[in-house]
Order: sequence, then C-alpha cells, then structure tokens
Amino acid sequence: MEVKKKVIMQKQEYTISLFTEDHIGILSQITIILTRRQINIESITASESAVKGVQMLTLVVKTTAEMVQKVARQMQKLVDVLKVFVHTSDEIIYQEIALFKVKTKGMMAGNIIDHIVRTQHARILEVSPEYMVIEKTGHKTEINELLHQLEPCGVLQFVRSGRVAITKQVKELNTYLQEMDEANQYKPDNVEAFN
Amino acid sequence: MKEDKETVKAPQQTNGFEEISGAEALLRCLIEENVDTIFGYPGGAIMPVYDKLLDYEGKLKHVLTRHEQGAAHAAQAFAMVTGKTSVCFATSGPGATNLITGIANAYLDSVPVVFITAQVVSNLIGTDAFQETDILGVSMPVVKWNAQVKKPEDIPETIAKAFYIAGTGRPGPVLIDITKDAQIEKLTFKYKKCNYIRSYNPNIPLHTKAIESAAIMINHAEKPIILAGHGVLISGAESELLKFAEKTGIPVALTLLGLSAFPSGHRLYAGYLGMHGNYAPNILTNEADLIIAVGMRFDDRVTGNLKKYAKNARIIHIEIDEAEINKNVIVDLEINNDAKEVLNHLIPLVKEKSYPRWIREFRICDKTEYEKVIKEETRPEEGKLKMGEVVRLVSDLTNGDAIIVTDVGQNQMSVARYYKFINPNTLVTSGGMGTMGFGLPASIGAKIGRPDKQVVAFLGDGGFQMTIQELGTILQYKVPVKIIILNNNFLGMVRQWQDMFYSKRYASTEMVNPDFVKIAKGYKIPAVSVSERKDLKETLIKMLEANGPYLLEIKIDKEANVLPMIEPGASVSEVTLTYKK
Repeated sequence: MEVKKKVIMQKQEYTISLFTEDHIGILSQITIILTRRQINIESITASESAVKGVQMLTLVVKTTAEMVQKVARQMQKLVDVLKVFVHTSDEIIYQEIALFKVKTKGMMAGNIIDHIVRTQHARILEVSPEYMVIEKTGHKTEINELLHQLEPCGVLQFVRSGRVAITKQVKELNTYLQEMDEANQYKPDNVEAFN
Repeated sequence: MKEDKETVKAPQQTNGFEEISGAEALLRCLIEENVDTIFGYPGGAIMPVYDKLLDYEGKLKHVLTRHEQGAAHAAQAFAMVTGKTSVCFATSGPGATNLITGIANAYLDSVPVVFITAQVVSNLIGTDAFQETDILGVSMPVVKWNAQVKKPEDIPETIAKAFYIAGTGRPGPVLIDITKDAQIEKLTFKYKKCNYIRSYNPNIPLHTKAIESAAIMINHAEKPIILAGHGVLISGAESELLKFAEKTGIPVALTLLGLSAFPSGHRLYAGYLGMHGNYAPNILTNEADLIIAVGMRFDDRVTGNLKKYAKNARIIHIEIDEAEINKNVIVDLEINNDAKEVLNHLIPLVKEKSYPRWIREFRICDKTEYEKVIKEETRPEEGKLKMGEVVRLVSDLTNGDAIIVTDVGQNQMSVARYYKFINPNTLVTSGGMGTMGFGLPASIGAKIGRPDKQVVAFLGDGGFQMTIQELGTILQYKVPVKIIILNNNFLGMVRQWQDMFYSKRYASTEMVNPDFVKIAKGYKIPAVSVSERKDLKETLIKMLEANGPYLLEIKIDKEANVLPMIEPGASVSEVTLTYKK
C-alpha cells in the first residue's frame, strides 16, 4: 500500500498537448491553471496544427500523475479548448532544436568540427571569422551534452526551443472533432457554427 | 401624433434588416434572450447603452443599485430564484473591477450571469486611458468565459455565445467587454440564438454502462447515503431525487447550496452536511459503505480532513463538470453527466429496499444532537435571544415556504441548520466564496425575481454594513424585502474561532454599531429593534405581514457559538457537540 502511494506521488515529466481554437488569450487561461497549482512550465511551443484553424500547444511539466490529470481536466473545461492529451515521454516522439553561437577560433583547434558533424549529427549554419552558428536537433539530454562539449571552445550564445511532439496513438484530432460534433445534439450543418 | 412618432423612430431598413447602434443591438439581443430585468450602475464608457435603455423602458427594467458589487449579487440572486440567466451592467475601470467579488461568487456557486462591462474607445485600449482596466485579464480566473467586442457587428454573435455558455453545462458567469465606439457605431441587426460551439459541448452522451454499474453497487449496499448538492437544483432533478430516494430507501443529506433540493420534513432526510452541519450525516458518512454523490463537489467544508473521509465507503460521483471528479476525493465510479438524466436512467435499475437499522442510526444521532444542541438553541427558556430560535420561529411562521437569503457567518449557518426548507430554490446564500455583504443586495435580486414570494434576509451586523448602501435601492424601487439583522455587535463567526482556537483573544471582531433602526428610517424603511424573548414572535408577525420593506434588528446573545462544529483539520466523525467556555 505504501509503495503504491509513493509511485503516485512521484513527480515525472509529462507532455500536455492541447488543441485549441485560434482565439486571443488562450495561453493566459492555460498558464493560470498551472500557476494556481504552482506547476512550472519546463517548455512550451505554440503552432498551427494539421487541422486548419486549430492551434496546437505543447507543454512540458514535471508533476505527479494525479496532479497532471487534475490540471488537464481544468484545461479541457476551458470553452475554447478542443482536446487535451497527456503523455509520458515514452508515448510520444519528440524533439527540441538548439542553436549555438561559438567562437570560430576555439572551433579550429583539434578536430572538434568533424566530431560535431559526424557523431552529434549537428549542422553548421553559418561561419564567419569571429563566430560559427551550429544547429542541433534532439532530446534535451543530447543537446546538453553538445553544449558541454562546446563550452571549452567559447559559447557566445545558446538557445533551445520548447518541445515539439507527435503522439504514437492512431486516433487523430479529426476523429475527436467528428465525435464531438456527433455527441452534440445539434448538427453543425443545421446551424451557423460559432467558432 | 402617434404616427409621427413611429415614423421618426422607425430604424433604417437594409435588406430586410435594421441599421441600429451597437448599444441598441445589445438591448435587442437581451430581449431576444428573454431578459426583462437588468441590474447595474452607469458610468462614462457605458453611457450609449444607458441612453438607449430609456427607449426600451417598457421591455427592460433597469435596477440601479448603489454599488456595482450590489448589482452583481442582486443579479446572481435573481438567477438563482428564477432559474434564468440574469444580466448585470457596469462601466469600464472601477465599475468593472467592483464587479469582481460578485463574479467570483457566481463562479464558485455555478450561477449563470452575463456581465456586460463597457470599455474605453478601442484606439485607447492599452494606453492607460481614463477608467481603462484590462478587465478580461482581471476576470479571467473567475469567469466561465469572457470576450471583448470592438466592432458593433460582433455584438449579436458574442451575446448569443455568452448566454449559451453561461446557462448550459455547469452554469457560470460570463463577461463581455464592449468598447464605447462599438456601442455607438451602427450595424445591420440580425439575431440568432447560439446552440453550438465546436470546442464546447455541454451535452455529454449518457454513460449508460457506468449507470448500470452504479445500480449494481446501490442494490448491494448495506449502509448507503446520498449526498446531494446544488447540481440537483440546477438540473431540476428534485423530484427525481425524491423518487430515487423513496424507491431505494436511502437517506439523503444536503450540502449548503443543495438545501431545499429535498424536503426537510421527509422521513429519509438525513440533514445538512459540513462543518456546522447536522450530527447524523457527518458522523455516519464515515460509517457508510456506499456514498452516492449527486451534483456536489466534495468541498473541504463538507469533507473535513480528507485523509479520514469516508474510508469505509465506495463512492459514486454523479457530476456534470469532469474537472470536479477525482479533484478532492478519489472516487470508485464516475458518472460525468447531468444529475437529472442520470437519476432518470438509474431509477428503473435500482431495487426497492429499506434500511430500517441504518436509518435508526441516523435517528439516534438526531436525538443526541437535539438534546445537546438544538433544544437549547431553538427553545431556550431564559437568557439572551439565540439565532436558532429566531430562524426556527421564522421557519414556522412562513411554513418553510419563504425565499430565505443569508449573509455569511453565524447567521448563515443558523439558517442552514434551523430553517425547514420544503420547496426547491428557496435558499439564496454565498457558499463557495463566503462573501460577506452578499445578503442585502441578494435579497433585492431575489424579491425582484420572485415578487410573489415572501423574501426574508438574515444578516449579521458585520455583513449588513458591508453593503448597507443598498438600502437606497430598496427605497428607490420599494422592494418589499424583510430584513432581519441578527445583531451581536461582533463578527460572530470569527469571534467564535477566536474563542475556540485563539484563546479567546478577540482581535478586531468587536463592533461599535450605529442605530440600525434610525438608519433604516432614514431610508424610509419601517424598522423595529427587539431584545426580549416575549416580544419576538409578535414583532416577527408584524414584519411578515407588512406590505413594504421592513427591517428588524434582533439583539442576540453576544458570545454564542454555532454548534456542532467539525473543527478545522478534524474528520467528519470528530464532531464537537458541546463547547465549554
């Protein structure tokens, strides 16, 4: 019994994917829910989704299984939110992108460039006598590893994006949208859709 | 002459639709939504709307309160007693921010109110213009939905959405902020009620499998109890609840906002739940083997210490708001549907049963509570007047049929404990927020909503003075509410906590009060003060029989406590019945 409780209470990384209407203020409404529960946002990405007019937000939070369900239900309750999914990292395919601005002089020593391109699968985007810009796509740990390797060469700037994620499940948003329409006793064809 | 007037007034016609101002469009939208009463307060930015109101006086009655908070509470009470979505107006800036307490109160208690605030001219937004507030941002955490309208042609659609969202699913307040230029500019008016929003679906398909499982659990229970809340009243499921309880023989306990959802004299009525609730339903929650929670949200004032709550029971939660399920109490079976639909589907599936031994346990607890608390509180023979005896006397004199409005604190708990409600939606109180100052303006909204009913407000001397200016509204509109001030010259509930948990250190709870009778008379409201038991009944009868408004100050035992009490952090089975000073 004690063990079971411990598992539930343990914090873990969750990816919350939200599909929302493209309305002003949604992000505020969502962050309010997290702020109220004192949950920090590890990363956040907003973009258009595969369905026209539907926005997709990807949030990464560290919290307990119980709490992530509670906040997800609060988010689902928002009028302008279409669908909320919560996933652990093994249920999704995800990437982050990072850019590094590094001193060219530092990079010229040894065979660092070769190492970066071949073993880290990073790309060099720009080279000037003063600096080089390197791009790396991967998981946070991989990006951090590269940052660690570049640090001796002199990192002038470093920036990492929020997580972008795609779910492994087969059922797509369109199916959910259809189900939601059917669940509603009014058919959208008969009325002016208020989106 | 008459003809002339009509030609002058006839609006321009284009394509069969009329060209009217945004302000007029707003009022026409409200009429389309069957609104006949608006509570509000004017100001600079909302002047175009108020100007148009003069032309619609016959169709839309505007009630001018003395403060925007009063308008918000009155509108909430109006919605609670009529079951209709109500409307409240305020201007930009301070007008809008003054609404916030009222909006938050309506949000926590799931009451559908459409708040219309005015906003400065759209090109001034974001410039810190005079009386500009980001009211969308400020209200965001306490509304079901909000939106800003900057173009007149967006008014009809936004208002239609506002009414649809406020009144469906789990109801709640919606705020629409309309810029002054959108009120002035013209649009081609066309109104269509909203009945579909892609991202918002209040019509959840019935979870029939879960309901079937619930029936099996119910049919096998030995000590079941129903905990019913506000959701029963909102979905209009009172008769279904009664039928369900009578068929299954399961006792029904009510939350504060659920009071009046089940007749208090019924043999299966188990009492009022929570911190100052009845002894039996609180104690026996921890004895029950099955809890059927209907339209309630396991508020901390109901559950007490969660670690020691209902550990012997399996829990079925019937609740329309999915976010409430597994929020405070992890349940065994969730039915995320409307209470009425679920009960209707459930009734044929459950067996006719009775639980004489289980019910006897309730009656034994009731007897203990009567001997230790109720008897002395409702039938004292000597000493100062008690709140309980006043409430019980009003209950008897009105046959439990009046609409009762309360403020917050000891007055509220005494009403919840001692008024014997028999008809649905006859209690108007501030539950989730516990907003002092709610009572007086709410009584105005309740009386205007139900002029056919006797409306009695029970207020404390503290809460009364928080919105005392609304006596002016009563004067102006001759609202015949009966106001009872239970005056103990203390912030009674806070004083009670100081007495019980802070070594009787009365920090800032004693009040030096004005002469309430003289104040009422200043507002031309007949008023009397009573302090003797022998005069009480006669004065109450006089008050209830009065045609117009009436204020009765009743001087109460200064340091009386409301008991029983589940002390903060205690379990529902650890009820304090007696407290020795």
